[in-house]
Amino acid sequence: MAKVWINGETSVEVKHAEGVNAVHLTVDDKDIVVSGGQTILQAVERMPGIGNIPALCYHPAVKPYGACRICTVEVSEDGGSKFKFVAACLYPVKEGLIVKTQTEKIKKLRKGIIELLLARCPNVKRVQELAKEYGVEKPRFVLGDQDCILCGLCVRACQEIIGKSAISLVNRGIYKEVAAPFYAYELSGDCIGCGDCAFVCPTGAIEMGPDGKPVLPKVKIPYAEIEAMMKKETVPPS
Amino acid sequence: MVEQVRNLLERRVESPQELESRRQSILAERDSSQTCISVCGGTACRASGAEAVVDAFIDTIERRELQVQVSLKETGCHGFCERGPLVVIEPKKVFYQRVQPEDVEEIIEETILGGRIVERLLYVDPTTDKTITYEPDVPFYQKQTRTIFGANGQIDPTNIEDYIAAGGYSALAKALFQMSPDKIIEEVKKSGLRGRGGGGFATGRKWQSCREAKGDVKYVICNADEGDPGAYQDRSLLEGNPHSVLEGMIIGAYAIGSRRGYIYVRNEYPLAVEHARIAIEQAMDYGLLGKNILGSGFDFTVTINKGGGAFVCGESSALMASLEGKVGEPKAKYVHMSEKGLWDNPSLLNNVKTWANVPLIINKGADWYAKIGTAGSKGTMIFSLVGNIVNTGLVEVPMGITLRDMIFDIGGGIPDGKKFKAVQTGGPSGGCIPEKYLDTPVDFDELTKLGSMMGSGGMIVMDEDTCMVDVARYFIEFLKGESCGKCTPCREGINRMSEILSNITQGKGKPEDLDTLQDLAGVLSAGALCALGQTAANPVLSTIRYFKDEYLAHINDKKCPAGVCRELIQFSIDADKCEGCLRCLRECPTGAISGQKRQAHTINQDMCIKCGACYDVCKFNAVLKR
Ligand SMILES: Cc1cc2nc3c(=O)[nH]c(=O)nc-3n(C[C@H](O)[C@H](O)[C@H](O)COP(=O)(O)O)c2cc1C
Ligand code: SF4
Ligand code: FES
Repeated sequence: MAKVWINGETSVEVKHAEGVNAVHLTVDDKDIVVSGGQTILQAVERMPGIGNIPALCYHPAVKPYGACRICTVEVSEDGGSKFKFVAACLYPVKEGLIVKTQTEKIKKLRKGIIELLLARCPNVKRVQELAKEYGVEKPRFVLGDQDCILCGLCVRACQEIIGKSAISLVNRGIYKEVAAPFYAYELSGDCIGCGDCAFVCPTGAIEMGPDGKPVLPKVKIPYAEIEAMMKKETVPPS
Repeated sequence: MVEQVRNLLERRVESPQELESRRQSILAERDSSQTCISVCGGTACRASGAEAVVDAFIDTIERRELQVQVSLKETGCHGFCERGPLVVIEPKKVFYQRVQPEDVEEIIEETILGGRIVERLLYVDPTTDKTITYEPDVPFYQKQTRTIFGANGQIDPTNIEDYIAAGGYSALAKALFQMSPDKIIEEVKKSGLRGRGGGGFATGRKWQSCREAKGDVKYVICNADEGDPGAYQDRSLLEGNPHSVLEGMIIGAYAIGSRRGYIYVRNEYPLAVEHARIAIEQAMDYGLLGKNILGSGFDFTVTINKGGGAFVCGESSALMASLEGKVGEPKAKYVHMSEKGLWDNPSLLNNVKTWANVPLIINKGADWYAKIGTAGSKGTMIFSLVGNIVNTGLVEVPMGITLRDMIFDIGGGIPDGKKFKAVQTGGPSGGCIPEKYLDTPVDFDELTKLGSMMGSGGMIVMDEDTCMVDVARYFIEFLKGESCGKCTPCREGINRMSEILSNITQGKGKPEDLDTLQDLAGVLSAGALCALGQTAANPVLSTIRYFKDEYLAHINDKKCPAGVCRELIQFSIDADKCEGCLRCLRECPTGAISGQKRQAHTINQDMCIKCGACYDVCKFNAVLKR
């Protein structure tokens, strides 16, 4: 017998159903039963009122990627003596797992991540909303003016759903950006102009251009550097 | 053709007994009392001209028709790279250092033919001024325990017979014929061996979980990516004794049930790649790799894969992505790579040094092995001792030796009478340890307690002229360039840390910066996707912890106490000491110095670019740096 929380309000007693891979979890002190083989984020998303896990680089249509780290939660596999930080969008539910989604440590971490994202993209609405929710005011850093948070959703949608891989994440570190293969200034013929990338983008960084193809976000901080580098035909910075 | 096939068949070793008889016949052919000139052919000695020395020896030996009396051997790195090119004359082990091609004729004439010592090529210990004639008496080697690295200086890495003669592949024979896979894993577990790639993960446990993992196809991988600045022990081992690494891998493969292995090696290590390639080829010829190894029925092959050119490619999941031909980006490891790694198959990844420990454990037994080291860290560790230290090089010491012994006894202390300030251990994401902890025993856990880590064994010694804020900035800058950029904390966080540290070193620091740095460190350690980001703040945190005064001096007083940060120092001339020699005046590239002969000079601060040229050339110590 286990208690199942529906909408975070009612608790119903259920018997183990034969053949169902049921996994018992404790999320923010509430015991829930979910089906196995999914991630913490998926499980919690389906239980309104239980847990609070924001997500930026997650979209149900594509494989989880674990890049934004805003979905980080604390979990314990040993009944609550040791906790560790994990990305909820990737961590599989396990029998007896204790999940905490709103501890002080988690809030502080999310605040820190949001501050970094807000400093990079001060004009992005989705980031501003999160900043408000988590009480982040003005970032302590020099502000950038990017629109892209590098969640990679556009790239994954193009690859996994459309099957084209017309765009890619290129370069590394702070120089990473969404670009056409080989840094071409124009998208290749692989782009069919489906607009999936623009649709899935959580920040509006991709717009569809007049030629029916997406206009990709530009990495504005080091763009001049990259251009200079490409002229020299050297590899990206190391 | 027939000849070739016959040769090949003859070379194949079909059983453990044959391996032993082969060893005996190699030894019988060799005369151990014969004079052998062994020249270090490690990358460092090559860089200082070892190849020309080898050529000169070949020429001279041929010209004087000495082929019968002497043999010549090019070995792997001996470790004392500071003094290269190194030449050791066996069997007495006469030790010549910084040998140049011009010295060869004299060595042959005097030492080889005349039995006399060439005094001027001997090593003089700078601490005691004692002249040392024989290699084992060099203080740098004396305090070391060279269980893994010792053979490096003795065998020719391109000749498998050297390795076999030294007892090589006998651990493999023992493992295949006298031990079950479970017994091998038990032995490795009992030895207490922990991964030498940085994390210090229990090797036996990893092997076991890989053995237990479901799957018909399993992989064994050697991590020779070694991207830490200043570290080169993995390279030296793979260059100097590739068969010891291969032997470890074959034993590991047999233990977990794998038939295919990879060596993932940095592309910038051409000699290591070449020697590993030759070793694999020769091991195939000898039936020690490939099908039916030593007649046991066990098959295993190894392929070399050259690295993707990024520090992060050394991280296990990024390494495997790179091996698969994808971008070398880490991914979450909530399911261990030992269960689901390369192409989603169970994969056993170990560091070069970890693999090289395995034959030793199998041959000498776990109990013998576990006697070396401390309670939690067994065996020896190879460190690359670099920085402001007299004896630069690779040292192998038992775990638990103190930092002081390592730096002062083996390393010979700090050059030029300067004072020790800190030692940075563990590679770019390690920490800086100050003088008061010099008596700490070096092992995985103790270093972690001090806010640093073992890492891959990098050890950078810093003297009193080092600015700790600048050091933190340097490492953060390195990590900023090496962050893959996938996750927010690492990509953005390290960049912001670098921004703040640059500001501080330029005198633009704000009092709240230290808090901001600590906050960023928290975001990195809890939020980053892989260990690169999770540990990236160590250099910053450890310098704040131990050298906070220096940060405060930069931030509040706009001073760099060590006189390193250009924006914060001023050069001036002490009129009392200045002899008016005009030397600095001529040297200054911007003409900022004025003055007459035999009159005190002055520096025009507006024109000074703080290059320090005047400071360096002044013979009277009249230029002040503040
Ligand atoms: C950023 C980063 C770089 C790494 N580089 C190396 C490396 O160059 N060589 C290595 O052996 N391990 C490296 N590691 C550690 C590996 O991820 C892995 O733990 C190790 O190869 C496992 O072998 P071991 O158990 O023998 O230590 C690195 C880890 C990180 C996070
Ligand atoms: S363009 Fe949009 S979807 Fe693509 S990576 Fe940037 S923020 Fe994400
Ligand atoms: S939603 Fe999990 S890391 Fe982005």
